[in-house]
Amino acid sequence: MSTTDKTTPADASGAAPDAAEAARDDAAAAAAGAQLSTAPAEDTGGPVGIGVLGWLRWFWRQLTSMRVALILLFLLSLGAIPGSLIPQTHIDPMKVEKWKQAHAFWVPLAEKLQLFEVYGSVWFSAIYILLFVSLIGCIVPRTWQFVGQLTGRPPGAPKRLDRMPAYTTWRTEAAPDEVLAHARTLLGRRRFRTEAAAGGSSVAAEKGYLREAGNLVFHLALIAILVAFAWGKLYKYEGGKLVLRGKGFSNTLTQYDDFKPGSLFDSDALPPFSFTLDRFDASFEPTGPQRGTARTFKAYVTYSKGAHGTPTQAEIEVNKPLEIDGSKVFLLGHGYAPVVSVTDPTGKVVFRDAVPMLPQDANLTSAGAVKVTDGYVNKDGAKEQLGFSALFVPTFAGEGSGTMFSQFPELANPRLALNAWHGSLGVDSGLPQNVYQLTTSKMQQFKDDSGQPFKQRLALGEEMVLPNGAGTVKFEGIERWATFQISEQPGNGLALGGAVGAVVGLAGSLFIQRRRIWVRAVAGPDGVTVVEMAGLGRSESAKLPEELADLAATLNEQAPTAPEPEPENDSEKSREGERG
Amino acid sequence: MTTLAVAANESLAEISNYLIYSSMAVYTLAFFAHIAEWVFGSRSKVGRTAAALTAATGAKAAAGKAPAVQVRGQGGTTAVLDKPKVVSRAAAGARDVPDGPGAAGGSEKGDLYGRIAVSLTVLGFLVEFAGVAARALSVERAPWGNMYEFSITFSTMAVGVYLALLALGKNVRWLGLVLVTTVLLDLGIATKWLYTDSDQLVPALDSYWLWIHVSTAIFCGATFYIGAAGTALYLFRDSYEAKLAGGGKPGTFATSVLERLPAAATLDKFAYRINAAVFPLWTFTIIAGAIWAGDAWGRYWDWDPKEVWSFVTWVAYACYLHARATAGWKGRKAAYLALFAFACWIWNYYGVNILLNGKHSYGGV
Ligand code: HEM
Repeated sequence: MSTTDKTTPADASGAAPDAAEAARDDAAAAAAGAQLSTAPAEDTGGPVGIGVLGWLRWFWRQLTSMRVALILLFLLSLGAIPGSLIPQTHIDPMKVEKWKQAHAFWVPLAEKLQLFEVYGSVWFSAIYILLFVSLIGCIVPRTWQFVGQLTGRPPGAPKRLDRMPAYTTWRTEAAPDEVLAHARTLLGRRRFRTEAAAGGSSVAAEKGYLREAGNLVFHLALIAILVAFAWGKLYKYEGGKLVLRGKGFSNTLTQYDDFKPGSLFDSDALPPFSFTLDRFDASFEPTGPQRGTARTFKAYVTYSKGAHGTPTQAEIEVNKPLEIDGSKVFLLGHGYAPVVSVTDPTGKVVFRDAVPMLPQDANLTSAGAVKVTDGYVNKDGAKEQLGFSALFVPTFAGEGSGTMFSQFPELANPRLALNAWHGSLGVDSGLPQNVYQLTTSKMQQFKDDSGQPFKQRLALGEEMVLPNGAGTVKFEGIERWATFQISEQPGNGLALGGAVGAVVGLAGSLFIQRRRIWVRAVAGPDGVTVVEMAGLGRSESAKLPEELADLAATLNEQAPTAPEPEPENDSEKSREGERG
Repeated sequence: MTTLAVAANESLAEISNYLIYSSMAVYTLAFFAHIAEWVFGSRSKVGRTAAALTAATGAKAAAGKAPAVQVRGQGGTTAVLDKPKVVSRAAAGARDVPDGPGAAGGSEKGDLYGRIAVSLTVLGFLVEFAGVAARALSVERAPWGNMYEFSITFSTMAVGVYLALLALGKNVRWLGLVLVTTVLLDLGIATKWLYTDSDQLVPALDSYWLWIHVSTAIFCGATFYIGAAGTALYLFRDSYEAKLAGGGKPGTFATSVLERLPAAATLDKFAYRINAAVFPLWTFTIIAGAIWAGDAWGRYWDWDPKEVWSFVTWVAYACYLHARATAGWKGRKAAYLALFAFACWIWNYYGVNILLNGKHSYGGV
């Protein structure tokens, strides 16, 4: 205790005047409180011994000390902050690009410090690895020490009980043995672990071992959570897939739009299953100030396990993923896919497909690109590619207003606006292409008669005729799509177990107080028994004196206070308080 | 939904708004009553702290009032004998200062106003609670879908915790003025800047985890707030005591206010207990959030700004508890840590919801 009760100089200036007495008190408390906790003592000395081993030992002791653990803990919280202020690549790479453009000056520094990937950065990992090494180095020895304490007995009463933080005494006519026997049963009934002193004049009792146990459970649970986290990170897989209504998905690598495996994940281990999206329902707030806010999303799917499983129907909602063979299928987003058909100058249909558009706002104003890569031959008989940059709105405001913004996310008055290009889409260049964007560097825009870029806004079923008989484009229908995330992360059970352990352990560690009670009864010179009781807790607490008072009152019933013969000196201590 | 139901719901939402405004009016009256309590209290001379700190010796305080018991003696006489009295000793080096008498400072008039203030706070609480409940009924869901709703629930819970402590007989009336002032501030911000019409939830929030995670989060925040208020007052009172003990003389206003507060040690202990009691629940809140995130987004932890700041808050409180429990970092340094931790919580609430947009951008403002 004495090592942990350091006080600031300001406190010390208000301290009791008798420093020597205070030191003596401290020493007494230290002896009586020995092993009341397994908290390590603070080590302020330098390295002992010479050479590498001495330094290593010193370094290890520092790392596993409370002070360094505290500093690391604090650093961890500070280190987590930048990642919330600067966009992170793993969350939103687009935002990172935007940030880089806006803060060009800082980019080299930020990149050097790995500020776009804070939680995977070398320095952040260093902090938490050090912290957890410290944690293990601290917790494992403490666990052994605690196991040792569990089999030990409470230490005997210190000589001067009145030096303990809570103390009481009275005189009684009951015999010392009797008092001690009563005390022992009383303490035992209150589930103290008791031990009679060898001399037979006192009883020592201790309670609240669960505090230490809780604390150790909590810290061990933290280790379990970290292990689960790392395990999950290394062996998980996660991928995204956009599925059109009526279309399917089967769980193989090539089917994914994007796939992010953990570094130790073996892609042959993808569990075989497949599903089709039968229907997608979305409803939106029809009126009021939050008009257009989404209310429900529901995807109806038919899935089958394994290569030839029996088809089963299921629904997937935002908070209700579908679990298949340990993998979870989450519903992430949804949108529209206008069905567009394109004919060449001869009238032959060269393209007919539902083209998913990417939502731009809450009312599902959506943008995308229609790319005709094969089969189109222009009027001159040359092979060419066509591209249309498209804007789609499910609810168009009306012909009068020129803006293409959707007024509502449902299909009340859909329009598709197209800009038409021809030339080379550049899809063969080997560079990865965004399917929602047109790369127009090798394309020419169709022009109308007056030389303006040719564009048109189509209602459902309308057709636009490309200039100079280059063909037609028809807005034939509208499909829906939904995006799914498919993932499996092992270790979730361990993480959950660790989390539950952490909360339970923490509650034990914070709400239970470990404390010792001593009762001493000796016959005074006049034959009347003097009973002394004292209590010592791990930390100062108002509960301890209350508990002691309660115990004393109960014991007092069996060993009633004897009438005072005449004023005496030795009961001075008990009255001192009355002045306070 | 029929038009009738919509109309009923809209009128319920309107009733909720009236109730919230009414509670603000009642809290304002409570605020003035508290001011009156402090003003009347300042006229009675207290001066107990100063006396204790300048006294020659540090007498040890006694704790535990023991009732006298009657014992029948052998000779048929009746003697009145004391039950054993427990003497408790503060750790060496701690200041042994009695608590101040509270805002009323022993003045009867002050005390009367204080009681009125507490009664008004109870009334304000009931009205505000009804306002939150009406809001919930108007949308037939948990009233925690946007920042306006969080804010009104937050202050209701903070006042509720304070009143519960009072009802349990804890000495917390000194908190009244600070609490009512900040509750008014919170409600002012909520009604002026954060107001959102009552409506349904977006699908991502539509989950029973909303009940579990959000209610505990708001409760933790409200209780952490009470702890933080205790910590801040502790810092003031501590410098006041240190100054007195060092022979200095604090200003008259500072003396008048601070001498009526509980002793620094009491305030410190109060704040520690509150924070320690809430910390496991806060841990649980984060875990519940992680489980919900696992269901909603497929990843239970993704370092979304909200998650980051919950984590920072958690680590900061863990640091504080560590410092208090083991490293002997008691007193002012630990108090600064606790205030830092609460600042993180507040930032996580206002800053992250409004300024940083992550997946938790349901601020509705
Ligand atoms: C991940 C980092 C850690 C966290 C979040 C953490 C959190 C906590 C919390 C919340 C408490 C409870 C405080 C109380 O009892 O009032 C505690 C206590 C404690 N921790 Fe940690 N801790 C961490 C790392 C460590 C490390 C590295 C050590 C070893 C150096 C350590 C040793 C202790 C000890 C000795 C106690 C006090 C036991 C007692 O009160 O009897 N902790 N910790």
